[in-house]
Amino acid sequence: MLNDQYQNRKNVIAGLAILVVLIYIARLINLQIVDDSYRDKADSNAFWKKTQFPTRGLIKDRNGKLLVYNKPAYDIMVVTKEMTDLDTLDFCRTIGITKEVFDKRMREIRNKRGYSRYTPQPFISQLSAMEYGVLQEKMFRFPGIYIQKRTLREYNYPNAALVLGSIGEVSKKVVDDEKNDFYVPGDFAGQNGVELTYEEVLRGEKGMEILLRDAHGRIKGSYNNGEYDVPSKPGKNLTLSIDIDLQVYGEKLMQNKKGSIVAIDPATGEILALVSSPTYDPSLLVGRQRTKNYAQLVSDPLKPLFDRPMMARYPPGSTFKTANALVFQQENIITKNTAYGCSHGFHAGALTVGCHGHASPLNLEQSIQHSCNAYYCSGFRAMIDNRKYKKVADAFEIWKNHIVSLGFGYKLGADVPNENRGYIPNAAVFDKTYGKDRWKALTVISLSIGQGEILATPLQIANLGAVIANRGFYITPHLVKGIEDGQIDTSFIQKKVSSIDPKYFEPVVEGMNMVMKNGTGYGARIDSIEVCGKTGTAQNPHGADHSLFMSFAPKDDPKIAICVVVENSGFGATWAAPIASLMMEKYLKGYIPARKKAMEERMFNANLLPKN
Amino acid sequence: MQNVDWFTIGIYIVLVIAGWFSIYGAVYNFEDTPFWDFSVRYGKQLVWIGCSIVIAIVLLSLDNRVYSMFAYVIYGIAIISLIVTLIVAPDIKGSRSWLVLGPVSIQPAEFAKTATCLAIAKLMSSYGFRLGNFSDAIKVGLLFALPPLLIVLQQETGSALVYAALFLVLYREGMPGVFLFLGLCAVVFFIVAIRFGEEPIIPLLPDESYGVYLVMLMGIIIQCGFLYVFLKDVDSVKKIAIGNAVLFGISYLVYKVFDYPIHFTVVAYISIIASVVYYIVMCISRSKFTYVGIAAFMIGSVVYAHTADYAFSKVLQPHQQIRIKVTLGMINDPQKADYNVNQSKIAIGSGGFAGKGFLNGTQTKLKYVPEQDTDFIFCTVGEEHGFLGSVAVLSLFLVLILRLIYLAERQRALFNRIYGYCVASIFFFHLAINIGMVLGLTPVIGIPLPFFSYGGSSLWGFSILLFIFLRLDASRMEYMAN
Repeated sequence: MLNDQYQNRKNVIAGLAILVVLIYIARLINLQIVDDSYRDKADSNAFWKKTQFPTRGLIKDRNGKLLVYNKPAYDIMVVTKEMTDLDTLDFCRTIGITKEVFDKRMREIRNKRGYSRYTPQPFISQLSAMEYGVLQEKMFRFPGIYIQKRTLREYNYPNAALVLGSIGEVSKKVVDDEKNDFYVPGDFAGQNGVELTYEEVLRGEKGMEILLRDAHGRIKGSYNNGEYDVPSKPGKNLTLSIDIDLQVYGEKLMQNKKGSIVAIDPATGEILALVSSPTYDPSLLVGRQRTKNYAQLVSDPLKPLFDRPMMARYPPGSTFKTANALVFQQENIITKNTAYGCSHGFHAGALTVGCHGHASPLNLEQSIQHSCNAYYCSGFRAMIDNRKYKKVADAFEIWKNHIVSLGFGYKLGADVPNENRGYIPNAAVFDKTYGKDRWKALTVISLSIGQGEILATPLQIANLGAVIANRGFYITPHLVKGIEDGQIDTSFIQKKVSSIDPKYFEPVVEGMNMVMKNGTGYGARIDSIEVCGKTGTAQNPHGADHSLFMSFAPKDDPKIAICVVVENSGFGATWAAPIASLMMEKYLKGYIPARKKAMEERMFNANLLPKN
Repeated sequence: MQNVDWFTIGIYIVLVIAGWFSIYGAVYNFEDTPFWDFSVRYGKQLVWIGCSIVIAIVLLSLDNRVYSMFAYVIYGIAIISLIVTLIVAPDIKGSRSWLVLGPVSIQPAEFAKTATCLAIAKLMSSYGFRLGNFSDAIKVGLLFALPPLLIVLQQETGSALVYAALFLVLYREGMPGVFLFLGLCAVVFFIVAIRFGEEPIIPLLPDESYGVYLVMLMGIIIQCGFLYVFLKDVDSVKKIAIGNAVLFGISYLVYKVFDYPIHFTVVAYISIIASVVYYIVMCISRSKFTYVGIAAFMIGSVVYAHTADYAFSKVLQPHQQIRIKVTLGMINDPQKADYNVNQSKIAIGSGGFAGKGFLNGTQTKLKYVPEQDTDFIFCTVGEEHGFLGSVAVLSLFLVLILRLIYLAERQRALFNRIYGYCVASIFFFHLAINIGMVLGLTPVIGIPLPFFSYGGSSLWGFSILLFIFLRLDASRMEYMAN
């Protein structure tokens, strides 16, 4: 060993090395043990959690006929890095676009946030199978062009557009909602109809595939052979209560007319047909042409997107007399034998409510058969001004509560996204209009014959038919009969019992039966089936009155309750009653007998749209 | 042969094997990766390892006197090969350091280190050599400076910086410690001048930087240390400390209480000029030139701070400026400027305590870390073997360096000891800079981690460097016998 005066400096040098290594170990402790954010960063680097989209549930009608299913559509994806040898002109010709469109689209892609030359970027979305077929043959000649499969809705019938609804890209509002933990921009979701109401059933559950992604964004296979992948769960299939054949028939009867048909199975509350006219082909709102067609439908003056059976409000007219007949009996104002006279109308001082010519006086059944206005004005006055109630307002509130229990004034709670509640005023409304205690029965007498302030939707009128058919209860009308592996909402099973005693329904039923046998509905009778019906005319301050018809059949074991509204067509018996009759006959018998073919033709061909 | 230090050889073998597995892990890409494939890097590395073993055996079997005898010749060959490389080398990614000989490319700079070590050992161990002697110091300086100069010309700044490690050798052999201290000051002043150059906190002269002001303050404090350590002049320390306290205290009061915009840089200048004048007076009155040295240090600090500021923005290339700024935390841009270091930290940090397991590292396999089989090879260790593996590798290197120091100290020939320190210093420098860079503690300087980074030239260079010393060590007893 050499001796020299600087020997101790070996310790300085060794100490320096030890110090540096200790500093680095401290750094490693910080990076690898203390700070655990690096693992997440590494995962978000390397793992691409690719969403597996579930297939959307199918929609069938009550008889299992397929209404809505999925068809494949194809998005063209481009990987710009691989497109160097692409014959652009040939490619443009194949997919039917111009070079300018191609260049514009490529510029948009390159300027997009998160653009990568290495990963597929959407170029054109939702190519049909046919368009794709042409491209597919030439794919091998187009480097950097890829196809991503997705699905679009496809409709077997050009009908029931508003019942089924459509799907569209989710809005920013939906995505940004705090409660949203499902949708990301670009996802599709139901926008209206059953597609919207049953969105969570139909959409299924997204799956996730964990892919390894390298620094350039290229996919390098799945992580751990897919051990941590979560497969998507397909959406559940829906069975609607709609009978598609009846629906198609109803839409045909209503063609070239504005109005609604609501047909309900009274025993179950299942809606058998829900026609809103004019209507449109639901396939118009699918795929690339959705935006354009939607704009056209929105601007159509006939408002095909307006869901009339659920949203249009009319004074229920004479159909409402049945409801009043029930309330008056329940309140012991009348019995089925009570008779009121009618001298071409109801006269009280200066007030006259006109009526048409018929025998007088009439009992309850006859009053329905002849739709006597005077009978209901008298009955209404006898109730509202009755001393047994402390005040007019109290009497009116009792009347209103009975009416509400029959399904008016509030949303029934059907499984549609846009039901209207109609309108039944309460005493406070009239207190405000006329002053407290400064109004009485005569002030609001038109309510007795279904005119004036009250408004009802076709659904509510049809539901009244169901209540009468059931002699006192209804089940909330609904469009979905069954959910695959699931239960429909319990509110669609429970009976909603009205405040009217069942025994008071019989005279009303008899009266409605007589309407068909020997009254305003005679022309709409059905051979060999006892039908009950009530015509109505909704006064329309803006033009011709609306024709209404409420009905159910058979009388003793009702299978169908129906409401038909034909706007601007005048008297209920002329248009609404025949259409309702044809619908019921079609549903109950499955065919239209020869006797009625002429009527059917007349309904098919009538054009009652405003002429201009 | 029985005198060969098998302990060091053992560490060498462990490091080389661990290095090979790291390269395999870095090249492996989750797809089909055959174990034996000589067309890919881990296959080639196996060939380089085989060659290294042959080289090691040859070096161990040569006569120990060959190395000192031919030291200058080897140095000469190395210099010539560096010059030839500079002239004929093709431009590979901006670097002209590769000599392409048919299918093989070698990097002469990796071998020049060994040659320089041998030449320096030879010169410093020659009879009558004294580091304190001016002409001897110049000779060492020239030997020392020529290779890095040529390497810088080849655009391999990183490899050139390695020669700075040899200051440790000079220090061991008697270079005054103050030079190491001045070197440290140079680094610290540079960092301070750059780091705080853009953050004015107090009113300064126009075009004056806060960094320069801080450097001047540090100089003012350090002068007291010098006065005490070299002159034991406690009286002067007191005078200067009190003088500065009064000067800066009054300035601060004027600035704070009277809200007068004092230019503190001017205050610092006044302090330094006063000190310098004081030292000149002291030098004359006490005839001690050390005072002039301290005065020179003060003036030097001011000049250096300005130069550093200027050199940083004007002399360094933009990518070098960015690397330094990233290290100093002045840039936070994970996608661009500090992408490499950020990805490197993610790879190591995500390894956790025990690592993800061999071949299970996602960051290295999916190529998030750049240069992961060469300069950033330590990421593979950190990600797949975690804290335990990283500390194991660091410890192995530390043990190697300490063992080399121990071996160097037990030499009986000065040539052997100096050469041994050269080897230890070079390993230390590579370890400190490479791991520091990967951990984001030092700027990104492209130098390999010995035995781990892929590359034949680098592996051979380190093997030759090490085994020459082991050969010298094996015959350390013969020196006495002769």
